[in-house]
Amino acid sequence: MSTNEAGETSFRAFSRRSSNVTLKNITKVFASLDTKKEITVVSNVNLEIAEGEMVTLLGPSGCGKTTTLRMIAGFEDPSAGEILIGGLPMTTVPPNKRGISLVFQSYALFPHLDIWDNVAYGLRVQKLPKAEVAERTRKAIELMQLQGMEHRFPAQVSGGQQQRIALARAIVIEPRVLLFDEPLSNLDAKLREHMRDELRSLQKRLGITSLYVTHDQSEAMAISDRVVIMNEGVIMQIGTPREIYEKPSCRFVANFIGKANFIPCSVVAYENEQAIVSVNGKTMRLPEPGSRRPPVGTQANLCVRPEGIRLSREETILGGKVTRATYYGSHVEYEIEVNGLSIVTEQNEAKESELFHIGESAWIKLQPELIRLLD
Amino acid sequence: MGTNAAPETKAVTVHAKGSSQRKTAALKLLRQPFLVLAIIFIFALLAIFIIFPLFKIGRLSLTDDKGVFTLEGVKEIFSNRSYWQTFWNSIKLGLIVACISTFVGYIFAYATTRVKMPGGGFFKSMATLPIISPPFILSLSMIFLFGRQGLITKGLLHIEDFDVYGLPSLILVQSVSFFPVAYLTLTGILESIDSSVEDAALNLGASRWHIFRTVTLPLSVPGIASSFLLVFIQSLEDFSNPAVIAGRYTTLAVEAYRLITGMYDTRGGSILAIMLLVPTLIAFLLQKYWLNGKSFVTVTGKPAQQRKKTSDPHIVWPFFVICLLISLFIILLYGTVFIGAFVKTWGINYHLTLDHFRYVFSLGWDSLRNSIVLSTLATPITGILGMVIAYLVVRKKFPGRRVMEFTSMLTSAIPGTVLGIGYILAFNQKPFLFTGTAFILIMAFTFRNMPVGIESGTSTLMQIDKSIEEASTSLGAGSGSTFLKITLPLLKQAFFSGLVYSFVRSMTAVSSIIFLVSPRWNVATTRIFSLFEISKYSDAAAYSIIMIAVILVAISILNFLVLKGGGKKQQKEGKRA
Repeated sequence: MSTNEAGETSFRAFSRRSSNVTLKNITKVFASLDTKKEITVVSNVNLEIAEGEMVTLLGPSGCGKTTTLRMIAGFEDPSAGEILIGGLPMTTVPPNKRGISLVFQSYALFPHLDIWDNVAYGLRVQKLPKAEVAERTRKAIELMQLQGMEHRFPAQVSGGQQQRIALARAIVIEPRVLLFDEPLSNLDAKLREHMRDELRSLQKRLGITSLYVTHDQSEAMAISDRVVIMNEGVIMQIGTPREIYEKPSCRFVANFIGKANFIPCSVVAYENEQAIVSVNGKTMRLPEPGSRRPPVGTQANLCVRPEGIRLSREETILGGKVTRATYYGSHVEYEIEVNGLSIVTEQNEAKESELFHIGESAWIKLQPELIRLLD
Repeated sequence: MGTNAAPETKAVTVHAKGSSQRKTAALKLLRQPFLVLAIIFIFALLAIFIIFPLFKIGRLSLTDDKGVFTLEGVKEIFSNRSYWQTFWNSIKLGLIVACISTFVGYIFAYATTRVKMPGGGFFKSMATLPIISPPFILSLSMIFLFGRQGLITKGLLHIEDFDVYGLPSLILVQSVSFFPVAYLTLTGILESIDSSVEDAALNLGASRWHIFRTVTLPLSVPGIASSFLLVFIQSLEDFSNPAVIAGRYTTLAVEAYRLITGMYDTRGGSILAIMLLVPTLIAFLLQKYWLNGKSFVTVTGKPAQQRKKTSDPHIVWPFFVICLLISLFIILLYGTVFIGAFVKTWGINYHLTLDHFRYVFSLGWDSLRNSIVLSTLATPITGILGMVIAYLVVRKKFPGRRVMEFTSMLTSAIPGTVLGIGYILAFNQKPFLFTGTAFILIMAFTFRNMPVGIESGTSTLMQIDKSIEEASTSLGAGSGSTFLKITLPLLKQAFFSGLVYSFVRSMTAVSSIIFLVSPRWNVATTRIFSLFEISKYSDAAAYSIIMIAVILVAISILNFLVLKGGGKKQQKEGKRA
């Protein structure tokens, strides 16, 4: 952001300080209830969030993603490691001096203040001139399309509106970093999708560095520049949504994001970037096996998404019986039993004549360029 | 031994981590000077106004005139049979009153929570009325009804020399005074038992009586024990009733007062104070730490479905009759005092007169005004201090948090007599020379009445989602402004009950302040006490009636200020739609 934009609101001045977030070897240990044992909730996490980037922490509940978020916000202290914002260590900076806004899962609106006062709260805390408070509050309320309900109290508006108020309240102070703690989990499915898109476009427009915590993989895919997959306190993979989906680094990630089939194989050789494997006694060449390289001669797994498998009536390397066929409208999902292994595939053919029936035998056609090699 | 090595090394590293974590926490705390100052300030207050006076009593009890350690004073008291007698008298009274009050309280609590009967609201207010009533009023009523000139004893039964003074009257008066404590405790417990548990038993075919015996009663045992201990403490520390109606039945609180003000034996008084402190402290610790862990009550957040009260006439009518009789008796006691305030000379001349009220507004006005002024000053201090302590203890992490919690709750276990003696010992020399000032009285009110505010504040805070305060913090507010702008408004209800309790207790306090009043700062309750000593019962009655009126007015003013007017809008920045 260039300096010739002087005269802008304090937002600009504030965010002119760089706002990249760095987590260095962050570990969080909690004493368990009997105080004898210690539980490591977050283990040696390293992460860099660039300015203006939207990063999502994704993982099952209890994976340490919310704890990580709360450490950045300053509500928990890391047991080890360091958090930097704009290159400055935050270790001794109290949460109210970090320039971070947090959007809570429960919204945490102030129940005794009306919408206007809720949104204006952070500005008044900064003791800004009244005219500026009024102007910025009005803008935030307009931005979130809350006009006309300034005098209502949080309990008198709908869940979606509460969500907008929480968002307005968080962005009005124009924070360096915006944190989201599963903010959409209390909304119904339709509204969730709508708010998700709105949130993403707002974040892009304002260019606020953001960290978003969720356990919903489709939400993570939809809004993030990059996704961080966590499990049991450890980062499993960091990448763009496409990288995460197409090149999962391990079985956990492959399973957590979308559906995945794992077909046993043995590694025969590596040639340049390609891998040669043996499946069901037949060799196969994988042009893009991914970064995992199980040693030659060991047992490994082919990871392939349902859409990477075609069903065929002509013989291929793997064959089995259809055990389930579910019609989804846009596609049909089949479950095929192959050598005691159940394989899920999606087929787009809607023509009646091409459908497979339960009990029918079917052959599996793998598309080598969509196959990744995992342990 | 090899297996042991691993966990040991792990423990060491964890330790190192812990200390660095603590260091970070301490550093962070230093970045919030307001918070640090508040914590230090409160610790200083607790040390000066709770710990220091107790320490002074302990030291005086264990030293001779030259300040050398000795057990002579203790030996002397312990070898004196009459003091042992006093000790057992107090314990015996406490146990009996605790039994009766808890039993009556349970009947009322069960009736109002489980039985569908006419006049439920009326019984509720009857069971809480004695809480706001001034001291002496029930004893006064006993004297009016059963004394030498008693309406019942002399007027109806023509008994000439019936002795109303003694243990039976004391038991009766204390039971009526303290069963509200039991009622409130037990109502809380009975209401929080999930009604579906009892419905389940009913659904399995159990009769009401069977359900009571096998489900309701066992589930309310912790509440019963708790109410028993609370009443026991109240009975032991009661000064006003035994002082005027116990006759020759001596109790610790009264004897300590007599020793100090009558015989100028401060050391003896201190030793009796400690004999009084030990059982109340034990009861307090049992109630707080032993019973709290035993509660079966599950807090589910939202009240489940409405409890269906029984309307079986075999249950309704016995409860109705019992509650009605007790309520009528309470009305009789209060009504007697009310009438007593308007008659010329009770037992001799029943002509109506306003003389006694005239007396209160002329000669007695100063002390009444003092009571109002001092209580009005102490009330907001007590209320805010209580909320601040509750907030710090529940929401903040700092070294000594548990100590702060314990010390601040301690005064609910310290009998007023003990606190009063402690204050005269602690604050009679520089740098704490407060004897005879209004300040010492206000401090006595404040620290004695704080625990109720703290307790209601604590339980409310536990129910407020922590993220609401975190939201304020992340929007840039420090601890101080978060507390003032967010927490305190949300604590309104708890704050209100803390204020009301504080005002009522300050107006009606006797045991603590009887040692602390001075000619300049005399208060209404001590004035009533002295009226007793010269047998001016009708003046005392008029005083008590006026005090009830003052208390009721004060409660409605507080109600208006805190609950209604509290939402007064601050000036907003040109807010328009």
